[in-house]
Amino acid sequence: MTQAPPARTASLPAQIPIREIIPWAVFALVVGLLLIYFVGAEQGATSLFGGNLIHEFTHDGRHLLGFPCH
Amino acid sequence: MMRVLLIRGMLVGLASVVPAYVCAWFLGEGPLGDAIAFEDRQSHAAEGLHEHGVEVVSRLTQQTVGLAVALAAIGLAVGGLFAIMFALAHQRIGRLSARATSMVVAVAGFVVISLVAFLKYPPNPPAVGDPETIQQRSLLYFLTIVIGIFAAITAVQTGRRLTPRYGGWNASLLGCGVFVVLVGIAYVVLPGGTVTETGFPPDVLWDFRIASLATQAVIWVTLGLMFGALTERDVTGARRERVPKVHA
Repeated sequence: MTQAPPARTASLPAQIPIREIIPWAVFALVVGLLLIYFVGAEQGATSLFGGNLIHEFTHDGRHLLGFPCH
Repeated sequence: MMRVLLIRGMLVGLASVVPAYVCAWFLGEGPLGDAIAFEDRQSHAAEGLHEHGVEVVSRLTQQTVGLAVALAAIGLAVGGLFAIMFALAHQRIGRLSARATSMVVAVAGFVVISLVAFLKYPPNPPAVGDPETIQQRSLLYFLTIVIGIFAAITAVQTGRRLTPRYGGWNASLLGCGVFVVLVGIAYVVLPGGTVTETGFPPDVLWDFRIASLATQAVIWVTLGLMFGALTERDVTGARRERVPKVHA
């Protein structure tokens, strides 16, 4: 009896090799930190863009997500 | 595979906006509004300028689109990082199913990212906290999260190293112990939290902080449950695929 070769589908192998994770981890980290920065700190603790539009727009979320807001 | 997991994590993170928004709306907006009303009363009394004096963004926008977009951004960010943590943990922290691993990662993420910082530097509603110290408070807040992450990495490494000698369960407990000790040392060394402005209603402060913690918990729990369910389906689906399908 021959078994069907494991199809290359989105199945989860036993362990995902670290080498495969690293590039995606870098990507997730960069995107994630950027988003967290703009929701959590821009125009509060630090300011890349002047004014307080981002601060005011994300105001409620910033407070409720636990970031120091002002 | 990693690409699939990362996209899944980010999408589930995005989906967590729905329950998180419901939580933030019903628990959080009440105390937040009370705090702003308190702030307005105070500034009227002081006749001073303050940041809510000129409305750049209306309260309604802050409460609806602003809050939703902020939650979505954090959902995307945390969802992506969650997927990475899951990929690292899968089949490396004992023989747990994908569903169980996902939940363990979610609980660990909540404790390390949300709870550690919450207990040391609890979030404050408007009118609590001196705007002059925002930089110092933000720095300490993010520093606490980074310390928590390093404590968690140390704890996991300790647990993995001790597993052959003490078994999975006891080694995990010892790892948790290492985490608690490291975070405890950081709590002692780091300077104290903010001083609440006098006269601010303590029940509003309590309600606000509980709302904040609940909102964060909802994001993590949603990630853990949904990501776990979807990934578990992947695993069992793949197992089923090994049996050749009969096409009708």
